[in-house]
Amino acid sequence: MSDIRKSLVLHGGLIALLLLLGFVLPAYHHGNLARVMVLAVYAMGYNVLFGYTGLLSLGHAMFFAAGMYGMGLTIQHLGFSAEAALLSGVVAAFLLSTVVGLLALRTTGVAFMIVTLMFAQTGYLVVLYFGEWTRGDEGFVIQKASRVIAGIDVSDPANRYLTALALFAVCLWIILKLVQAPFGKVLIAIRENEDRARMLGYDIFRHKLVAVIVSGTISGTAGAFYGLLFGYAGASFATVQYSIFPLLWVLLGGAGTVTGPLVGALFMFYLIDITSGLTSAYMLFAGVALVLLTLFARQGLVGEIRRRFAPWLP
Amino acid sequence: MAALGSTAPNNLLTTQGLSRNFGGLQAVSNVNFDLPEGQVRALIGPNGAGKTTFVGMLCGRISASAGRVAFLGEDVTLLPAHKRISRGMAYTFQITSIFGRLSLRENVALAVRRRLAGHPDQVQGEVESALSRVGLLDRADQIADDLSYGHQRLLEIAMGLGQKPRLLILDEPTQGLADSEIADFKNLIRSMAGQTTILLIEHNMDVVMEMADFITVLNFGEILAEGSPEQIHANADVQAAYLGTG
Amino acid sequence: MDFGPYLLLASLEGAVQSAVLALTAVGLSLVFGTMRVVNVAHGEFFMLGAVLAWWVTTFVGLHPAVGFIVALVVAPLAAGVIAAAADLTVLKRLKYDPESTIVATIGILYIIQQVVLMTYGPDARPVQAPFSHRFYTPWFGYSSYKLFVIGMAILLLLGVWALMAKTRIGLILRATQLDREMAQAFGIPVERVYAIVFGLGAALAAMAAVLIVPIQQAHYLMGGDPLLLSFIVVIIGGLGSLMGTVVAAVLIGMSDGIISVFFTPTLAKILATLLVAFVLIFRPNGLFGKRSS
Repeated sequence: MSDIRKSLVLHGGLIALLLLLGFVLPAYHHGNLARVMVLAVYAMGYNVLFGYTGLLSLGHAMFFAAGMYGMGLTIQHLGFSAEAALLSGVVAAFLLSTVVGLLALRTTGVAFMIVTLMFAQTGYLVVLYFGEWTRGDEGFVIQKASRVIAGIDVSDPANRYLTALALFAVCLWIILKLVQAPFGKVLIAIRENEDRARMLGYDIFRHKLVAVIVSGTISGTAGAFYGLLFGYAGASFATVQYSIFPLLWVLLGGAGTVTGPLVGALFMFYLIDITSGLTSAYMLFAGVALVLLTLFARQGLVGEIRRRFAPWLP
Repeated sequence: MAALGSTAPNNLLTTQGLSRNFGGLQAVSNVNFDLPEGQVRALIGPNGAGKTTFVGMLCGRISASAGRVAFLGEDVTLLPAHKRISRGMAYTFQITSIFGRLSLRENVALAVRRRLAGHPDQVQGEVESALSRVGLLDRADQIADDLSYGHQRLLEIAMGLGQKPRLLILDEPTQGLADSEIADFKNLIRSMAGQTTILLIEHNMDVVMEMADFITVLNFGEILAEGSPEQIHANADVQAAYLGTG
Repeated sequence: MDFGPYLLLASLEGAVQSAVLALTAVGLSLVFGTMRVVNVAHGEFFMLGAVLAWWVTTFVGLHPAVGFIVALVVAPLAAGVIAAAADLTVLKRLKYDPESTIVATIGILYIIQQVVLMTYGPDARPVQAPFSHRFYTPWFGYSSYKLFVIGMAILLLLGVWALMAKTRIGLILRATQLDREMAQAFGIPVERVYAIVFGLGAALAAMAAVLIVPIQQAHYLMGGDPLLLSFIVVIIGGLGSLMGTVVAAVLIGMSDGIISVFFTPTLAKILATLLVAFVLIFRPNGLFGKRSS
């Protein structure tokens, strides 16, 4: 089988499996998996920048939150329909990532990490500062009546699951296309050896900027859908912790792999779900996982599989 | 802009008063340099003579403190590196610089693809042709890091070939190569002679004397002498500065 | 109160802030300057200092001053040992790769914070000041302990300066900072030096926390603000420059008190955070740092 065929079978099979699970899973895990799929989209957006371009952002929560508030605030205060609100969430993330990209890409390495961290921290504080509209840490509920996309009530668990799956499938397809296209190969080249890529005549800044915008917009789209599907927007999604999560998921699942973010998000979600039943200090496990991953498994789960068994994995 | 190019219409590359200082150190000073189309030019000089700094300014890796660079008749002094490359320069690094975790095929494809953006169907053929010219086609699917040092140097040259440049700048291409590999390298340069203009920074005098049409000698950041291999060989200044001590 | 006395009060509060901030930030700066890594868990060592101070004073239980003095020795020592252990078990294995170190220290941040949550609990607890004397100006009364904090911070900073400038240890540190490989070639045990520096940086943060904890309270989430402020100070002061760090700490600490007169604390934080981002983007060597060519 050619690599393209294998990839088609694998990813098509993954979507089919998720679809099947939507009909057979018990309610609790059904709800969890819907969440994980949207969070995986967030991580897939993050992965475009970190995994494929080699730029480590510590501030992606600002894009997730831009999508979430771009959606939520327009519903809450401007009476937008769900479709228009989702679009405004995506646009908000697109605009923010463009501005952040133009500024932050003047730096590299550690400075880039800190600049993105600082911008995200600013974003979080802005959410708090405009607490009159955002209701700060407490957040606000998006009314059931507003949560209807094209006539489909997404507050219904079955519809919600299918919407999450559709979003996941579309993003998976976009990212597969992206990383197999010449543009994606240049991103990988920048990750591997930026100087060499420049001296092959590629405009590094432009490629990185597009990567930041694609990454931020996908992450923001996940934020907009997360808010709409689960009916809530709150400042906790803008905290540093929510910038660390996609890094953790991607490291765990495998940076620079298409399916890694889903695997990482799923694994970590259940780890935290189980441990938070035992202790309120569940972030301890996130911390331990981060340290162990940087020490022993830089490739992540899917990365290790690719290295050992399946070098064709995109 | 036009004036700079029109002084010598057959020159592919021209510099006027090109200079660079780092802090107080004058690495390259006031170099006027003309490279006619189709020539194989060697740039030689003792260590620290400013050769790498000079070619760095040609291809835009290093910005000039003063002076101008014209390529294909147009002033490119203010253009960033990637724009100069896309106008037809290629540069191979003195210290091997490849995409170590990617296959040889993908390494060369990256070099080929930018030029063939509208013709993805031709990429494969050109990649294989570049790899076969340096004798690495049978290793096309290996990972670049797994190659020997000499093969990595050849891969880098294949990446230069893949760009089909008007001007190929090779920074010490034979450094660290075995004798047999150097012989292959010479054949490669011969096969390109006439079609591609080549600027060769080289320490190996046998390679220089055999391959170069014309030689420029740089010393303390200035041009010490220029001439045919025979003239340079006979030049007393050059012998004093360079050959005599080498 | 009139403006004059009000300004005096704000300046006094600002000076206390500056003193504690300078100590904390110098710890971060020392680590960055010598090891070229960013310790994101720095704020947690600060928190650890405060929580340990509560434990020690509660455990000792005699006069507050006795507990305080014991805490001033034990808490930084413990924080330093924990940090050095983290360095030897984690950072050393990462070969101090800057990006991996940030990710790993984020992990360490959560580990320390959550272990404190599990053991110390979610409450904020006060620590009694070693003495409770107040002095009086014509307009207001003021705690003498806060002046003591300023004095102690100055003494400790002078100590750090003397260590760096006058001792053999300082010489070794500076040599390692200048050229790691050269230092190694001259027989400096670089790895041990790194562990000591990492521990020393954490100990300084913990020391600052012991000093401030009778004024604030000890809480497992208290590390966030000092981390952010130290970042701001170290970046504005020029990464790795001790003098720049102290100057910036005084500037930020003093202006923090004064800015918050005009702005809400949230807006002040927004401005300060944006300032750091823009300094890094447009003046990467810090506001006071030299521009490299």
